[in-house]
Amino acid sequence: MSTNALSQHYAEQVQRLQDGLPGAIPEWLAGRRHGAAARFSEAGFPDPRQEEWKYTNVRPIATKPFMAAVSDAPVSEEALRAMGFEGLDAYRMVFVDGRLRTEFSDLGELPAGVTVQGLAEALASDPDPLEPLLGTLAHDRFSSFAAANMAFLTDGAVIRLGKGVRLERPLHLLIVGSAGSPATWSHPRVLIQAGEGSEATVIEHYADLEGASGFTNTVTELRAEAGAQLRHYLLQDHADSAYHVGSVFIQQRRDSRVTSHNVNLGGRLVRHDLNVDLTEPGAEIELNGLFLVGGRQHVDTHTRVHHSSPHTTSREQYRGIGQGHGRGVFKGRVLVERGAQKTDAQQHSANLLLSPNAEIDTKPELEIYADDVKCAHGATVGQLDETSMYYLRSRGIDAEAARGMLVFAFADEVLERMELAPVRTSIERRLAARLPEAGAIDVIG
Amino acid sequence: MSTHSQDVEQLVKREYKYGFSTDIDQEILPPGLNEDVIRAISAKKHEPEFMLNWRLEAYRHWLTMKEPSWAHVHYPKIDYQAVSYYAAPKSDDDAPKSLDEVDPKLLETYEKLGIPLHERARLAGVAVDAVFDSVSVTTTFKEKLGEAGVIFCSFSEAVHNHPELVQKYLGTVVPSGDNYFAALNAAVFSDGSFVYIPKGVRCPMELSTYFRINAMDTGQFERTLIIAEEGSHVSYLEGCTAPQRDRNQLHAAVVELIALDDAEIKYSTVQNWYPGDEEGKGGIYNFVTKRGECRGRNSKISWTQVEAGSAITWKYPSCVLLGDNSVGEFYSVAVGNNMQQIDSGTKMIHVGKNTRSTIISKGISAGRANNAYRGLVKILGGAEGARNYTQCDSLLLGDRCGAHTYPYIEVKNPSAQVEHEATTSKIGDDQIFYLKQRGISEEDAVNMIVNGFCKEVFGELPMEFAVEAQALLAVSLEGAVG
Amino acid sequence: MLKINNLQARVEAAEILKGIDLEVKAGEVHAIMGPNGSGKSTLCQVLGGRDGYEVTGGTVEFMGKDLFELEPEERAREGILLGFQYPVEIPGVKNIYLLKEAYNAQRKHRGEPEADTFQFLKLVREKLKTMQMDESFLHRAVNVGFSGGEKKRNEILQMLVLEPKLALLDETDSGLDIDALKVVSEGVNRLRSQDRAIVLVTHYQRLLSHIEPDFVHVLSDGRIIKSGDKTLAHELERNGYHGIIEEAA
Repeated sequence: MSTNALSQHYAEQVQRLQDGLPGAIPEWLAGRRHGAAARFSEAGFPDPRQEEWKYTNVRPIATKPFMAAVSDAPVSEEALRAMGFEGLDAYRMVFVDGRLRTEFSDLGELPAGVTVQGLAEALASDPDPLEPLLGTLAHDRFSSFAAANMAFLTDGAVIRLGKGVRLERPLHLLIVGSAGSPATWSHPRVLIQAGEGSEATVIEHYADLEGASGFTNTVTELRAEAGAQLRHYLLQDHADSAYHVGSVFIQQRRDSRVTSHNVNLGGRLVRHDLNVDLTEPGAEIELNGLFLVGGRQHVDTHTRVHHSSPHTTSREQYRGIGQGHGRGVFKGRVLVERGAQKTDAQQHSANLLLSPNAEIDTKPELEIYADDVKCAHGATVGQLDETSMYYLRSRGIDAEAARGMLVFAFADEVLERMELAPVRTSIERRLAARLPEAGAIDVIG
Repeated sequence: MSTHSQDVEQLVKREYKYGFSTDIDQEILPPGLNEDVIRAISAKKHEPEFMLNWRLEAYRHWLTMKEPSWAHVHYPKIDYQAVSYYAAPKSDDDAPKSLDEVDPKLLETYEKLGIPLHERARLAGVAVDAVFDSVSVTTTFKEKLGEAGVIFCSFSEAVHNHPELVQKYLGTVVPSGDNYFAALNAAVFSDGSFVYIPKGVRCPMELSTYFRINAMDTGQFERTLIIAEEGSHVSYLEGCTAPQRDRNQLHAAVVELIALDDAEIKYSTVQNWYPGDEEGKGGIYNFVTKRGECRGRNSKISWTQVEAGSAITWKYPSCVLLGDNSVGEFYSVAVGNNMQQIDSGTKMIHVGKNTRSTIISKGISAGRANNAYRGLVKILGGAEGARNYTQCDSLLLGDRCGAHTYPYIEVKNPSAQVEHEATTSKIGDDQIFYLKQRGISEEDAVNMIVNGFCKEVFGELPMEFAVEAQALLAVSLEGAVG
Repeated sequence: MLKINNLQARVEAAEILKGIDLEVKAGEVHAIMGPNGSGKSTLCQVLGGRDGYEVTGGTVEFMGKDLFELEPEERAREGILLGFQYPVEIPGVKNIYLLKEAYNAQRKHRGEPEADTFQFLKLVREKLKTMQMDESFLHRAVNVGFSGGEKKRNEILQMLVLEPKLALLDETDSGLDIDALKVVSEGVNRLRSQDRAIVLVTHYQRLLSHIEPDFVHVLSDGRIIKSGDKTLAHELERNGYHGIIEEAA
């Protein structure tokens, strides 16, 4: 396998880590972190010659000397408010450069049966219950980035919902990077365990403070037990100079239902991997995604939906918009295991290519080993519909504005599926601001 | 339910109709591959020096290459030194000058295959070039074609009689180092067909080549080159069969098509190489590179394939659409039963303006077969107004087979429109019941549904082939009811 | 207001309009009737400015301006609004966006300040009532999943909001049941005024019993072969197109 061997900078980081892992951490964790460090160092950064990285070259990340932040960056409540969602009534945890900042967090009164904690704190106070949750869905072998996250693990969020608990207010994890010098890297980890019949909404929200150009390398492990209902928002609104790699692992049991909303607006080089395993009958996943690339942005999303049990359902809709010199990549794989009869999988990737210098690559894949299934996928790359353009113009709307409306509408069809109106409205505004022609759209909430 | 599945078990067993072998005098080079073998092949064919050099260059390149591993197929490592790279029914020096000189056993073989070589044959209107193991044994209707200025002959003849055309076009679509199997072919290919349609000529009849592997432990490496000059038109058919052998045999062919301004080439294949037995023993490894270049404006290349045979199929008939307004088409039915593995599809590379391509792929999987569609649609920056429409449908018969779809779509032009759709389904019990309730047998019901599923592709085949393809499908899937 | 002089047009190779003359003044309601394929829709699309309809001869003046100098959106802002025979479905674009954008585009064109959301919603709600439409319409995507009747109602709603000088209704009655026809006709009748003209293009006479025209024209094979008052529509009802076409020939 071809790889980019680690630069001296990262080799040193690994070495320092291996020398310095504190003896106080439990043995199982030390073992996992050592293993991950070895794996990262051996595999190096992925290379475009690997099929999974065919369209994304991570050299810009591999060749920059990112460092962990050494101290808490100054942050103002005002700056955080600007990044938030107006009108959203939510529990909040704020992370800066990968570390929980309790002074900005507000967990109010959590209902009985719900635990929400910082990962560092949970590991310090009572680590053993985390053994089955941390690094068990996300394997080091999955990618060098997942390995690096485990090796350099610092902090994150642990969310545990007991049987039948319903978390009424959403939980907003605001994870921001600061303008550190040298640029920082951070490795947040989010662990979500939704117990039997529980219900919650978790917003994983990545953004940056002014002038940030760091690298955020995240791993999320989400387990939905029988009958659990989880809504997971993965919103990436980094600065255009920032780097982001996120790996999400979702495991669903009987009759559980997970809705994932993944929106990518910012970032210079972004890669997301969403891995879903539907392990028991009745499990259902809905994946909604939107990426907008302009300037010199590169956003690559891979989804893998694994139907490993009969009677499981997936609905996937990803949309991409390419402007400027942007490049958007989508690869969606649906795997139906032998014996996973009555699988119902639908996937669609729709893309708008709006600039002669932009590029869209899409690769929807079906891999099917069972016969009694309903599986379909579709992909399109194209432009705005001419008839719609004419119709709008015949109402007196000029071509430019009509185009803006249609592009916005194209994206909004995905955003409309968001249950939280304040989040949706806020994302719509940010989206409109990034579409030059849709700038005038007054988002009516 | 249990009796039903027993029926299935029983019915899935099918027999390969073309599994006989022919016992005739053959000249076979000993197994092994090195520069001397290549020199020997070239010498046997009395080739001009440019051909030998081209082969040697390809061979040297091949030595530096790695066998591809990305396809969704699995097979034991091939020992390229255990393969014989040349087998001919007679010594090349006294090759048949006319049909009367052809070994009667050979003629009989072709009769058994349903391909009469006699020009009086009932298949009037189809000119046939028959390739037996590594060499072309006869080409029919030469005179009639000659009147129209069409050159249709074996590759070896073309090298002798039209070296300037061969030298001008050989390897310009599929370069000798294009991929592992293409490089191997370039080094050792022994024969194949050559077609040249002059400017403005509409080829007066369908051209056809039948490939037959007979010898044991030989590889077959033929090469086809078709050139359609400005404003010309040709329809070409290709059929293949092989005897039933326990051991796997390698077939690594290369086909190059060139269409100049306003020219049209229609290339149809019915591939029925021996697929191996139920347990996956024996069968042909069909590793083929087929590519056409629409070099001229308004040119068109259309591939139609019915892939029913072979233990492993690895082929992606492709179109490079260079000329403005050129059109590429790919219509495919791929059937896999028992242990067959298929990884097939196409590439449509849009370079010129207003280029259009259509891909219709129908995959049928039964038994324990795996059937993958793999396709690339690439729209380059200059391909203003390019259009592609792709539809890939899979039909599963039985719960132990696999159907996979791997489309790659890469778009760099904002005026292009690319659309891909894929579905996977099985033959519904309700469909079968409905037909049975109307008095149709289960087998016929399956055939009806499968034929309906493949209709769009069969419609693209020339008449004689469409009938053959339907019959072939029925045999291939005999009773494989899911 | 609208002067059409010897208008000829083609779609691809086919010559559809072969010389149309028509003058429409403010306050008038004209009905253009004709059998299928006579060129009715082509005339509407040519006046709307749709791509693919090539004007090969003649002139059209609207309020003294050469219509063919104007882009489709400029025509709309000048006051020509076309009600589509097949209103286009636009997924994701909410009706409210379309209405507001179009409304403000027109105001801007006239040098008036844009309406704010509040004022605008107030205006739209009133018009919704006229068309017996629920407010939820505003938040649905334009024509997506609408029944035939809802689509046509939506076209008229847009007219009521945008208040064009010339409303051009292309087969607005087709596909409507009698109740929907009444609602749509009521909407159109509300549009009638001294400074506005309405052109109804239709195949059937029944619309004209709800909206009474001042003039009726019969279009056949790309030409107006007969013009008259509303009694011509009754004559058509009695004798069919056939009789009139024969009589003209």
